[in-house]
Amino acid sequence: MKDVKSNGIPRTTPIQSATFSQSINAEIRRAAATGIYDIRGGGAKRKVPHFDDLLFLGASISRYPLEGYREKCETSVTLGTRHAENPIELDIPITIAGMSFGALSGPAKEALGRGATLAGTSTTTGDGGMTQEERGHSNKLVYQYLPSRYGMNPDDLRKADAIEVVVGQGAKPGGGGMLLGQKISDRVAEMRNLPKGIDQRSACRHPDWTGPDDLEIKILELREITSWKVPIYIKVGGARPYFDTTLAVKAGADVVVLDGMQGGTAATQDVFIEHVGQPILACIREAVRALQDLGMHREVQLVVSGGVRTGADVAKCMALGADAVAIGTAALIALGDNDPRWEDEYQKLGTTAGAYDDWHEGNDPAGITTQDPDLMARFDPIEGGRRLNNYLKVMTLEAQTIARACGKNHLHNLEPEDLCALTMEAAAMARIPLAGTDWYPGKPGTGY
Amino acid sequence: MQTFDLEAEGLRALNSALHAQASTTNQTVWDVVNPKGSHAIAVGLDAPIEVNVKGSTGYYCAGMNKQATVHVHGSAGPGVAENMMSGTVVIEGDASQYAGATGHGGTLIIKGNASSRCGISMKGIDIVVHGNVGHMSAFMAQSGNLVVCGDAGDALGDSIYEARLFVRGSVKSLGADCIEKEMRPEHLEILADLLERGGCDAKPEEFKRYGSARTLYNFNIDNAY
Repeated sequence: MKDVKSNGIPRTTPIQSATFSQSINAEIRRAAATGIYDIRGGGAKRKVPHFDDLLFLGASISRYPLEGYREKCETSVTLGTRHAENPIELDIPITIAGMSFGALSGPAKEALGRGATLAGTSTTTGDGGMTQEERGHSNKLVYQYLPSRYGMNPDDLRKADAIEVVVGQGAKPGGGGMLLGQKISDRVAEMRNLPKGIDQRSACRHPDWTGPDDLEIKILELREITSWKVPIYIKVGGARPYFDTTLAVKAGADVVVLDGMQGGTAATQDVFIEHVGQPILACIREAVRALQDLGMHREVQLVVSGGVRTGADVAKCMALGADAVAIGTAALIALGDNDPRWEDEYQKLGTTAGAYDDWHEGNDPAGITTQDPDLMARFDPIEGGRRLNNYLKVMTLEAQTIARACGKNHLHNLEPEDLCALTMEAAAMARIPLAGTDWYPGKPGTGY
Repeated sequence: MQTFDLEAEGLRALNSALHAQASTTNQTVWDVVNPKGSHAIAVGLDAPIEVNVKGSTGYYCAGMNKQATVHVHGSAGPGVAENMMSGTVVIEGDASQYAGATGHGGTLIIKGNASSRCGISMKGIDIVVHGNVGHMSAFMAQSGNLVVCGDAGDALGDSIYEARLFVRGSVKSLGADCIEKEMRPEHLEILADLLERGGCDAKPEEFKRYGSARTLYNFNIDNAY
């Protein structure tokens, strides 16, 4: 558009509304046309304060660094030391988060198991139960105990290396889930005791306990069934991390898994994903504070998730007080999800590589979030496992590089004092001094 | 017969002893005395044994049971026989909330009343209640049978899938997508078998059948309340 009218008078430049942006307007039009809210997979896409808003300070005169490629920097972690006879010992503090068979294909679950095992870490089941593929290829497998109890049985429970009682997840704290009928194959339906082709609702709360006192007894039951051998994790979404962590510990958890709003889901309402819950950055220090107040930091381990992508993110989580991290979306990308090689097909689905999130529809060109046999055949679980292992190795090497630069011979020795914050928001949420200062909002004794 | 004093020997010792019984065990009958409302009694059993609990139990008695017969000579706390896979659980008294929750198989017989959420998310279990059941019973019930010889509370069968509900008395209200259905001969036959197994002398013809209208099976915005 010319910036002058035909009569020579300067024209007012058209201005797009920041409030009514193009994407907001498109969503209003879509809603008006269909009368139905948008359902999608993945985690929050909005920009929120994140690990990128923190930096490591590194060593200089006041800190003594370790040689980057030579000196030892340990990465192992043991989860479930509080009560379990057999805690989980992992070579690296990066675990694979729970993702269901049903949401993912059997070969994709197998690949997660293969990759995790090669890297010396654990993977996790998901809603829908334990598959042969996953158990068979996972050296350490965490069995999720979910409100739906789809596929739950004592035999699989006893095959697990740990049990994760899922109270909530970061993408939808307070919400249940839904697996749409397109993905309900004969096998998925059989595992969930439901007819083929119907939409399967996963309840938002457990059917046989309601509060922390009940949960404590539920955990007692699970421990009795498994003879107190395996750790019990409790997973919560990033809602009220101080209180949820406190109550999880009170209920007897060996491990608390804390998932921020960037953590993905197979399917729920977009409005839920983007508007409920807190960024993981805002949750970690609160959870650590709860553990410290109870005198349980490091005795009850903290696993955090929701937007962990790089070794730097891993190192930052460690520095903020976590014992380990879990990755879901990043693991799927490593397997080949949203790969530009399928761009033509993403275009046909009305999206583009990197933005594809209609996982619930079962049309995933990469053959990962689908039960369609033809699409599944595109995915090689052995190659997928190799790629995941490579990615986990790179993340670990990156985290070690940073830890050595900070003078630490174990990732767990990273500490908040190794960090500074780039923004006021990150400084406040992580309680890390703003870069160039010794202050963060809310710092005790500062009056702010 | 083995007699186990729960108060003296403790829960871990009890469950450990019961878990140690193989399918070929000759220690087939166990009496558990002094249960005194303890939680998680006889959970995770997987052998064809008979466990008689001489008193009332706390939460999750006979949870995830396979093969075993657990007989509670008293009342049961919340979540009795939750996620049961097979076998039989009999409660002489009343059962608290969530009785038979998510059960995949086997038979749960409650000779008294059951509280709220009886049979919630049931996945194949058969439950026979001689008395009444509380509100939200058979919520999201997937499969199996719930027989209520007395009355049912509010919101029976809310969001039910393919489970069958048989109620002899009144139903205070039906939950979303739960409707009364025709009682056909095959249902009378199923019910007669359930009543016999449950030790009820009620007649199948006295019951009404309830199940899913199947209008919530596929997501539709008009179904959102």
